[in-house]
Amino acid sequence: MNSYALIPFLPLAAFVINILFGRKYLKENAHWVSIGAVAFSWVLSVMALTDVLGGNKINFDLYTWMLSGGFKVSVGFLIDQLTVVMLIVVTTCSTLIHIYSVGYMHGDSGYYRFFSYLSLFTFSMLMLVMANNFLQLYFGWEGVGLCSYFLIGYYFDKKSASDAGKKAFIVNRFGDFGFGLGIFVIFLSFGTVYYEPVFSQVGNFAEATVNFLGYDVHLMTLIALLLFCGSIGKSAQMPLHVWLPDAMEGPTPVSALIHAATMVTAGVFLVARCSPIFSLSETALMVVALTGAITSLFAATIGLVQNDLKRIIAYSTVSQLGYMFLACGVGAYTAGIFHLYTHAFFKALLFLCAGSVMHAMGGELDIQKMGGLKKYMPATYLTMLIASFSIAGVPGLAGFFSKDEILWLAYSGPSPVGKLVWLIGTLVAFLTAFYSFRLIFLTFHGKFRGTHEQEHHLHESPKTMTVPLVVLCVGAVAAGWVSIPHLLGGGAHFAEFMKPVLGHPEGHGTHAEEWLVMGISVVVGFAGIGLAYFMYMLRPELPARVTEQFSAVHRILFNKYYVDELYSFIIVRPAIWTAKNVLIGITDARIIEALVNGVPSAVAAFSSGLRKVQTGIMQHYATIMATGILIIVAVMLLR
Amino acid sequence: MLQQLFFGYYAFIIIGLSLIVVTRKNPGHSVMWMLLLFFHIAGLYLFLNAEFIAAIQVIVYAGAILVLFLFVVLLLNLREEITLRQTVGSWPAAFFISALLFIAVTAALGAYVQGPAGKYSIDAIRSETHAKALGKLLYTEYLFPFEIASLILLVAVVGAVVLAKRKLRS
Amino acid sequence: MVPLHWYLTLSAAVFMIGMFGFLTRRNIIIMFMSVELMLNAVNISLVSFSHYLQDLRGHILVFFIITVAAAEAAIGLAIIIALFRNKQTAHVDEMNEMKG
Repeated sequence: MNSYALIPFLPLAAFVINILFGRKYLKENAHWVSIGAVAFSWVLSVMALTDVLGGNKINFDLYTWMLSGGFKVSVGFLIDQLTVVMLIVVTTCSTLIHIYSVGYMHGDSGYYRFFSYLSLFTFSMLMLVMANNFLQLYFGWEGVGLCSYFLIGYYFDKKSASDAGKKAFIVNRFGDFGFGLGIFVIFLSFGTVYYEPVFSQVGNFAEATVNFLGYDVHLMTLIALLLFCGSIGKSAQMPLHVWLPDAMEGPTPVSALIHAATMVTAGVFLVARCSPIFSLSETALMVVALTGAITSLFAATIGLVQNDLKRIIAYSTVSQLGYMFLACGVGAYTAGIFHLYTHAFFKALLFLCAGSVMHAMGGELDIQKMGGLKKYMPATYLTMLIASFSIAGVPGLAGFFSKDEILWLAYSGPSPVGKLVWLIGTLVAFLTAFYSFRLIFLTFHGKFRGTHEQEHHLHESPKTMTVPLVVLCVGAVAAGWVSIPHLLGGGAHFAEFMKPVLGHPEGHGTHAEEWLVMGISVVVGFAGIGLAYFMYMLRPELPARVTEQFSAVHRILFNKYYVDELYSFIIVRPAIWTAKNVLIGITDARIIEALVNGVPSAVAAFSSGLRKVQTGIMQHYATIMATGILIIVAVMLLR
Repeated sequence: MLQQLFFGYYAFIIIGLSLIVVTRKNPGHSVMWMLLLFFHIAGLYLFLNAEFIAAIQVIVYAGAILVLFLFVVLLLNLREEITLRQTVGSWPAAFFISALLFIAVTAALGAYVQGPAGKYSIDAIRSETHAKALGKLLYTEYLFPFEIASLILLVAVVGAVVLAKRKLRS
Repeated sequence: MVPLHWYLTLSAAVFMIGMFGFLTRRNIIIMFMSVELMLNAVNISLVSFSHYLQDLRGHILVFFIITVAAAEAAIGLAIIIALFRNKQTAHVDEMNEMKG
């Protein structure tokens, strides 16, 4: 057995040990098991990286899961360039966040439970990225959704937290339904669910159409759009984005791991993995790009006016995920994955810093009550500042390289919506820089606006929390250096590395255009930082006046465009009404009760009627016997 | 001719007497009529050359069983009996069923196929006397049922004593 | 000569009369006597068969039937006496404790 199969199963073992023995025996030491397991997986992932760098592609089946007629599925692992990048991202972030959680979750009564769920989540995510067939991918997909529900609803005695967990799972289900249908169509068309045969035969089906509800639809478009449904749900794009901001009810390490670095990127991973299918359908690619672009604009505008520390970062995540889908939609899958990889670092870092701030402020989340924290928590301030520079696209840091590559390839690529999404992307870059630095200035600069007891408790976080911050900060700075574009004299190693899997779209434009695009995105980034500085540091009374002037716009943005209310009206309330009145009122109360109570009462009625035959008077019995004899004799006679 | 007349007399009386037996109000009267019935049945057996069976019929049935019946009738309280309702449920239904069964059985008689004759013709029995012939058969071929019959009688004796005993007051 | 089926018809008639009495009468002793009547009817048919088939086995069976009838009469009447002592009645429709 190939030792890479241990990569997902070590965290699974950690989950089992923690969940069985954590409460009584491990208690405060539960973290050793989980951290040990996931660190070892990290080591194995690095070994896999060196292996793949040396040119090997590993594809092996562990054992047959089901075998039914022509349908065969096994638990198998495929490790190619795309997988190995995801492995590094997942295991690195998971290990660092495990270490961070030791300090953050210290003293919590469900300590062992948290680590067991974290390990289960790591297992599911690793199964997802290492799968070599769609069904195992779906298994991992559902597994991460399940763990997301567990971890968001970790503080289950708080109603808002358990509601958020349910919301995440149910909204995901909508997407997973389409995803499941997509896998069915793949099986029906190709006869198998393994990646290798499907992707190699995909060329034969380029023009195929299939009859769907009476219409002839292009098969590849259908499959691609159905698979994209899953991505919309998992990666919180419009219209299924509503669960991600509510998911901030979970503990901050959960937000960092799941809702920044790993689970939500599974959607992007899916699109990149299925790039042969998507490349054959222009319609699907356009849908992907436009969804990504619109979502990123939508989320960025909402993030401008929020006051909850973690919600701002959550909307930032949705927006950046939109960037990744934008990239995949214009054919630049490599750029999307590159952004996924750099984004994991700075977004996880932003969340962990937010956790650090919350830890110091005793759980306070409202940035209007913070301010001037930089002198109390220098390490947190510095790392968060660097992360914000990275996300804003300051040249030299990781975010700059990945974002710039996306924007350039959008502008110069062959996609018909390329220039449009480039424009939207540039606008979003401006907004991203603005709200990121609004957050920094309101939280760390100026005067402290909180209460006196909070001021007394302000302190820097313990070493277990700040060391992962520093490590991630190094990543946020240096992660982009693996792929410095040719323009700036680098070797674009990342793109070269991913070429065998994702192809390599060249930008069709002149060098001058490339410089122009790069310049515009840099200018726009600095403009955003500058505007935030102007509005929150130089003229602090200005934001209040702007809010008053544009109060209607502000209200719409503050209430997230009332999407939640819309869904509640259209979907949630009718569903609850139907459940209460139809399903409970009619089906349960009338039909099933009638069956369940009716059968015994029918039996009772029948038997009480039958009872009357036994009168106790012997002659009646004898009469019946005589009648019986008569009948028998008559029958025998008449034959 | 004479034989048929004799048979006709016996048949008529037997059927008439049995009807009388089942319809009397007074159980004591019923027992008396039954005595007469048994004597006529014994006469019928004699008509059929079965003198031993006829003797047994008179001794056991008429002499023992009916006496037993009479004793029990005398033990019960009969004064009110005669004035009360005599039947259970509706007697036309029972009459109907019995009549139908009678018709069915007699209809089946038409399909009777006579088997091979045995070796005990009337003359053979007469030469040997019926009791001796029966005894020879009983004690050789049918010995086992004979012994069982004696056990049954033993059970009857013991059972009757036990069942009819009064409880001791102690 | 008297044909066999006359005897058999006679036997059937007596049997049916016995059955009619058994199903109809209320007094338990009369019921019992009807049972004896049915047994006698069977005896008649057995003896007539034996006569016409010139075989002795019918007689043997009658012998045993009479024996068993005697035993049964003894026990049955003992039971009736025990019943009468407990229920103070000789009517079968009042002895319906096993109803329901």
